[in-house]
Amino acid sequence: MRIEDHPILGKTERRKRITLKVDGEAVPALEGEAIAAALIASGRRVFRYTAKRRGPRGVFCALGRCTDCMMIVNGQPNVRTCVTPARDGMVIQTQVGRRGGEATHDLETESS
Amino acid sequence: MSGVAQKDGVRTTGIPSKEELEASPGYPNREALERGPIVVIECVQDIPCNPCEMACPKGAITVGNPITQVPVFYAEKCDGCGSCIPICPGQAIFRVDITYAEDKATVSFPYEFLPMPKKGDLVQGVNRAGEGVCEAEVLRVQRPEKFNHTAVITVTVPKDLAMEVRSIKRLKR
Amino acid sequence: MGKSEIYVVGGGAAGMAAAIEAARAGARVTVIDENEQPGGQLFKQIHKFFGSGVHRAGTRGVQIGRDLLKEAEEAGVKTRLNTVAYGIYPGKRLGLICGDHTEELASPVIILATGASENALAFPGWTLPGVMGAGATQTLININRVLPGRRALMVGAGNVGLIVTYQLLQAGADVAAIVEGLPYISGYGVHASKVRRAGVPILTSHTVLRAEGDETVERAVIAQMDEKWQPVADTEEVLEVDTICLAVGLSPLAELAWMAGCRFSYLPALGGWVPVHDENMESNLQGIYVAGDLAGIEEASTAMEEGRLAGLSAAEALGYLSAEVAEARKIEVRERLAALRIGSFGDGRAIAKRELLRARCKK
Repeated sequence: MRIEDHPILGKTERRKRITLKVDGEAVPALEGEAIAAALIASGRRVFRYTAKRRGPRGVFCALGRCTDCMMIVNGQPNVRTCVTPARDGMVIQTQVGRRGGEATHDLETESS
Repeated sequence: MSGVAQKDGVRTTGIPSKEELEASPGYPNREALERGPIVVIECVQDIPCNPCEMACPKGAITVGNPITQVPVFYAEKCDGCGSCIPICPGQAIFRVDITYAEDKATVSFPYEFLPMPKKGDLVQGVNRAGEGVCEAEVLRVQRPEKFNHTAVITVTVPKDLAMEVRSIKRLKR
Repeated sequence: MGKSEIYVVGGGAAGMAAAIEAARAGARVTVIDENEQPGGQLFKQIHKFFGSGVHRAGTRGVQIGRDLLKEAEEAGVKTRLNTVAYGIYPGKRLGLICGDHTEELASPVIILATGASENALAFPGWTLPGVMGAGATQTLININRVLPGRRALMVGAGNVGLIVTYQLLQAGADVAAIVEGLPYISGYGVHASKVRRAGVPILTSHTVLRAEGDETVERAVIAQMDEKWQPVADTEEVLEVDTICLAVGLSPLAELAWMAGCRFSYLPALGGWVPVHDENMESNLQGIYVAGDLAGIEEASTAMEEGRLAGLSAAEALGYLSAEVAEARKIEVRERLAALRIGSFGDGRAIAKRELLRARCKK
């Protein structure tokens, strides 16, 4: 959920609306905001699954240190979505595991 | 003010106890309350802070040096203008007028939530523990630019709750 | 325009204050920051600061951040943003990386103002999305303007926990409770009073036992603790929350100081391992200064003053300020710093800072 009006910060500044493709679905975003922000605003909180136990992970530190928020962006894995600006047309996938080779958004192959 | 935790005081509950308040030099006594609108300062710890001293046009508040001293309130100098209310970074200053009407008093408090209530709204007055204790009518909402986004809201409450009500229940967005 | 002679690593409150002071004295200064914009934690602080007029009391942190950036620009401070200082090597060489570009550069003076990181608290379920640092929550609500969830549990009643709870309410979320392990509230009573009158219970001697949920946080289980910090039987309570915020302290981000070979002292009152420094904020290594939360977890006001001290000292060391002029200004800054380290909330830090100075002087 976006905070459109805030008692101290006022109304959100106007920014260009763009669209991201997240696991195949169109997700609205604002140009230049952190990818993670757009995902959280759209109700998504699981960003990746760990390699061994397929544990869900989402935002933890929100400043690019902990790597919990990493996803595959435009084919590149391990992108820290909390510090990467969203651009129109970005293709984003839930990352499973660590390296590019294991990175897939196909989750039906594993059940924990 | 020492840092020793008083049982059931502000350090253990987050709410200054009746004893802490009445012992504080920021708290007006009964006489002062009965004279008309008067400020009530509920700052009882040695926090380094003194904007209230600078805010009062009548010099009714002193903190001095070091600035960890609790504010001392000179009730006889206070005319209830409330300039200090939006200034306090801790939102620990209020104004009370128990002379407002036969059975009602007014309480003014700082408020920084949305949606803002409007004059005439009937809202829930809450005590220091956030418990709804009465119906309150909004008399005035002041939120000029110089208050820097802090509103000062004045509500009417039953007179016997004037020293209990310190805010209102937040309105639904 | 020559190469910079002072590199400040970290463009937060301390780093910017240091850069401004040094640049005003005439030095060529560059601030390095890994973010798109400098300002550190300041732009998340939407509340009014305490202190005195000279400490900008009553001003919101965001405004102080804006003012610092403006002053830095006016003073001619250069910035290298989106740039990570990944290492310090012998000869005061900094390793920098920006996008795909890396470089090493040597600097006569390095001011480390790298701030702090939030501590973590591990409990079953803590890896579930929805569990995050309180600072992370602050970033999401005040910078990104998105709600991390609808109803939160706050863990920790220090100033960060109390303030972020209040800010969650301002952002439109609910906070079910604050749990604090200590038997008292370590943050300011006035911050606690604000959230109590907003209806948020503060449960001292309580802890979070576990987070539960299928793929994200759906519930938190809390319990009371005894004097030995062990859960008390039959006091478990289930809270329906989708977010758990951890406000359990900060630790200096000291990797660069370690790499450089700075000496450290362990001081719990300042957040743990802290690089020692002298009255000029210089570490035990000539030409390497430390300031802000890196030099001990305190506040924005002390961070700015320490930054000023480091900036003045660095400018003096490079010959831009005479000893007399520098000392007169440093004395003013040190007096302001001392005024911020008194009372029950400041005494402990004052003692720890004196210990740091003593450790710096040991042979």
